[in-house]
Amino acid sequence: MLLEISALTCHYGRIQALDGIEVAIAEGELVALVGANGAGKTTLLRCLSGVQPASAGTIRFDGRDITRLAPEERVALGIAQVPEGRQVWGPLTVEDNLRLGAYRRRGADVAADHARMVAMFPILETKWTQPAGTLSGGQQQMLAIARALMAHPRLLLLDEPSMGLAPLLVAEIFRTVEALKAGGTTVFLVEQNATAALAIADRGYVLETGRVVITDDGRALLADERVKEAYLGL
Amino acid sequence: MFAAFLQYLFAGLTSGAIYALAGLGFAIIFNASHVINFAQGEFIMIGGMATTALVAAGTPLPLAIVLAILITMAVGMALEKFAVEPARGADVTAIIIITIGASIFLRGAAQVVWDKEFHSLPAFSGETPLDVAGATLTPQSLWVVGVSVAMIVLLWWFFNRTLFGKAMLATSYNRLAAQLAGVAVKKVLLASFALSAMLGAVGGIVMTPITFTNYEVGIMLGLKGFSAAVLGGLGNGMGAIVGGLIVGIAEALAAGYLSSAYKDAIAFVIILLVLFFMPNGLFGKRGSERV
Ligand SMILES: Nc1ncnc2c1ncn2[C@@H]1O[C@H](COP(=O)(O)OP(=O)(O)O)[C@@H](O)[C@H]1O
Ligand SMILES: [Mg+2]
Repeated sequence: MLLEISALTCHYGRIQALDGIEVAIAEGELVALVGANGAGKTTLLRCLSGVQPASAGTIRFDGRDITRLAPEERVALGIAQVPEGRQVWGPLTVEDNLRLGAYRRRGADVAADHARMVAMFPILETKWTQPAGTLSGGQQQMLAIARALMAHPRLLLLDEPSMGLAPLLVAEIFRTVEALKAGGTTVFLVEQNATAALAIADRGYVLETGRVVITDDGRALLADERVKEAYLGL
Repeated sequence: MFAAFLQYLFAGLTSGAIYALAGLGFAIIFNASHVINFAQGEFIMIGGMATTALVAAGTPLPLAIVLAILITMAVGMALEKFAVEPARGADVTAIIIITIGASIFLRGAAQVVWDKEFHSLPAFSGETPLDVAGATLTPQSLWVVGVSVAMIVLLWWFFNRTLFGKAMLATSYNRLAAQLAGVAVKKVLLASFALSAMLGAVGGIVMTPITFTNYEVGIMLGLKGFSAAVLGGLGNGMGAIVGGLIVGIAEALAAGYLSSAYKDAIAFVIILLVLFFMPNGLFGKRGSERV
């Protein structure tokens, strides 16, 4: 397993946000995490990136216990996250946003990576020297994904990449995620758009108030009556 | 008439340059941590005092300057590491109060390590004043302004052309995104204190031949740097530079045309006016600016 989370618990002050989370992701898998607003999806990704401390439990990455590792060391190990709400550096140019995505890769062949990102998201080239804050929501989402890819992640964490985007752009984002998986990147995809996420996922986890309540193959979850009722609006 | 005005202007630009460096120091730390570091003035004091003490002990001036800058940077980093860092997670107001405590401690330490006397340094390139349209300009004033400009260019280069400088900017624009990109935010905080200490020390050193220095000069200089930063819009680098020059020139004109008794009051009047009438300063909200 590339990622193994066991008995993970997390608190915000006295509020418990995660309770005994068990998740395992194999190399090359695309795994979806779905659940209602406030279920704890973002909190779980924050714990994985180390920007939110775990209260108990362990996170193992590639066999190594990373539960107490600093965020920057996890990036160096190969965990990159596209956070909820894109979080690009608005005043910095598109180029600088991408360059900083490769911050932990000293001596990296940044030019080659820039070319790769531009091939994946051609719109970025036309905005190359503009402040990221001037991009549209969809363009910022592409930039945020490209920035995370600049780290050459072994595990890519995506937090609601389709949020607030027009349907055409949502489809493009999901195609991108599938292409990344096809290229060998392991992806942990958080989505409120559960139907679309489970349709492309190998496996899925359903989170409810900080607990994993169901886990199964993506297609099996799509057909699951409980999931349909609660999350797919069917 | 004009010669007198020019004379005041030169004086104002000279002190304004020092306030601008101090204001930049406030801006850099504020951007990295949202902390207002009220020990910024003590960096100015330590730079000047350490240089005078080293020179008095027989160290050649250039070496004394380099050592004094390094000492001040070490003090700045120690302040971050042992006073600010342990309080992270505490309220920003609490951390600001910690910096006030640190400034008092540093003044006390300076009294003990050095003394309570005023000290000076020889002017860097002689005392022969230049005559400019009837006003006199001392070579040391040119040093002050020239060195300040050089520091500003250096900062611009650092923040716009080096990866670590850009990472510091990125941290100030969006700390979470910086952490997720692998920027060690602790290092950014430490560097912001080191840079601010360097700016303060350099200002304190070049001004010492003109104004002299003692263990207490940091109080006034810190407040004037703060008013420069507030006037320019806290966290705005360009604003801090313009703010510093405005504070310097305004107080030189007030001292010249009204009474030198008003000189130090100007900075306070500016702080109050800004806080009442334009809390975001001359250059508005922080966000799109670069240092
Ligand atoms: N910074 C915070 N402080 C306190 N509680 C928080 C904080 N962030 C999230 N929470 C709470 O933790 C729970 C999980 O939130 P979150 O992880 O953002 O859910 P999701 O991403 O699934 O919508 C929610 O009840 C939320 O109110
Ligand atoms: Mg969320």
